[in-house]
Amino acid sequence: MAELQPYNKLPALSCAVLLLVGSDGGLQQRLAEAILREKKNFKINIHLAASLPLPPERDHLRPRIDLVAFMIDIKSKYSLKNVEASLAYVDDSFFLGKVCFLVTGVGRVNYCSVEMNAIRNLGEVYCSPVLFCELEVEGSQVATAQRLLRMLEICAGHVPGVSALSFSSLMRNCADD
Amino acid sequence: MAAGAAPRPARRGGRREGGSNGPRREAAPGLVSVMESVEAVARTLLSFGRLSRGLPFGRAHGLSSRDPLLPLAPRSQENADPQRTAFLLRKQWTLYSVTPLYRFSNAHLRDYARLLSAFIAAEKQKGLAVEVGVELDIKVAVSSLPYLKGSDQDQAAILVQLSSRSPASPKNSEEKLIWSGWFCCVSGDNLSKNVPEDFTCLPLFLVNGAECYTSIVGSWFQKTFDCSFRRLAISPLILSWMAAMWTGCKVDKTASAMELVFSVPCLPQPLDISYAIHPEDAKALWDTVQKTPGEIIQEEVDVFMDCLYSHFHRHFRIHLSATKLVKVSTAIASAHCDGIIKFLQSQYLTGVLMLLTELAISQIE
Repeated sequence: MAELQPYNKLPALSCAVLLLVGSDGGLQQRLAEAILREKKNFKINIHLAASLPLPPERDHLRPRIDLVAFMIDIKSKYSLKNVEASLAYVDDSFFLGKVCFLVTGVGRVNYCSVEMNAIRNLGEVYCSPVLFCELEVEGSQVATAQRLLRMLEICAGHVPGVSALSFSSLMRNCADD
Repeated sequence: MAAGAAPRPARRGGRREGGSNGPRREAAPGLVSVMESVEAVARTLLSFGRLSRGLPFGRAHGLSSRDPLLPLAPRSQENADPQRTAFLLRKQWTLYSVTPLYRFSNAHLRDYARLLSAFIAAEKQKGLAVEVGVELDIKVAVSSLPYLKGSDQDQAAILVQLSSRSPASPKNSEEKLIWSGWFCCVSGDNLSKNVPEDFTCLPLFLVNGAECYTSIVGSWFQKTFDCSFRRLAISPLILSWMAAMWTGCKVDKTASAMELVFSVPCLPQPLDISYAIHPEDAKALWDTVQKTPGEIIQEEVDVFMDCLYSHFHRHFRIHLSATKLVKVSTAIASAHCDGIIKFLQSQYLTGVLMLLTELAISQIE
């Protein structure tokens, strides 16, 4: 099937799978390495993709994906368009906490080519958290890796009592109410 | 204008006709037919508006969402005297944002000029050589430009000029202008309202001349009026706004081509792509995109830029949206992302200054 489905495969024991979708391969690579360097007590598989849909030929070899992180670079409008096009290939039930938007490059506002409102609208329309980070900076890279790792742990069901559905409460903005 | 102009093979400086666009969203059906109707319609001059504060540069986590009606295109000033502003045109001005000046008074301009020239002489004595070689006698002139303001509440612009005369030449020989800088505030009500008494709001500073003089004059102003200067950079988002706004402005004489310069990141050798568009085609495109004259919203700017990018992609298979827009040149003005501006039309000078003042105020706050 062309769409990414959250529950059509069986999970592996003590394992979590993260899919990073974004047009900048170098940034994805760096983030993936930062995540793998973190201390964790379960196995992690990180899949990198430039866009969706994923090639159907290898679908039977792919494990079940627990969290999809869409990477948007604020310096490149193309990355936003790429993500918007890829969102069509994700099944609706993924958007119950198993999708997040990662916006990088926010440290340098003078390079900003993407409007902030557009990104915020994206997060609201798809009911998914939007994380802002600066992957070029070491500290922010490590912090983002830790956040994603924690989210992945929850999405894969390794944290008892907390499910991915609770991420929607993270997004409740007091100013909006 | 043919619907399918043959593209030149070179990537640099290709002259593109922006008219034949494939993927057009909610615009008129055929561009050729639109072109004819556009020429027939007499476009009225766009009215003033004000950029809302929701400009996306400032805070890393984005600004609160503003209403989408971000207005304005520069209004043509019929009453501006072109001769008085002629010396401001066609020069490259570097932009700075300035915090409000403490206890600055328009009545003491001559005193300020005297103090500044004494300061410059002292700096030269100290050995901070401003120029190696010929000893120059530097004269400072500080004057007021009362016609450069948007509303009556604005402070009149202040012009500082440094001219030099070589001591070897005769006493009445002409002085050469070596540096000029001017402070101005056009429709800066948002800032001047919130500032206490004794403070003068002149948030925009434009400089033309050597960097050494800029730093000397800047440090004198900082010491005397307790203000601070910061380079004003222009983000690609704002540059695309400028491109859209200025394209829509009516120009009397034959306008120069609209040029966009992009810099491609992450390459071992830097690559710059220059995309030139015939001004009438660009204006026709913008006119079909813009729905309400006098108002511009972000979506319209996005559609306009997307049309240009997809046209380029169709011919060269390069996604310009993945590159960084560094320079925009239109018939009215040209702006570079490092904060360098060139005014080309005196009619729209105030309008462009209003936009720049708004950017400077956003940077200060």
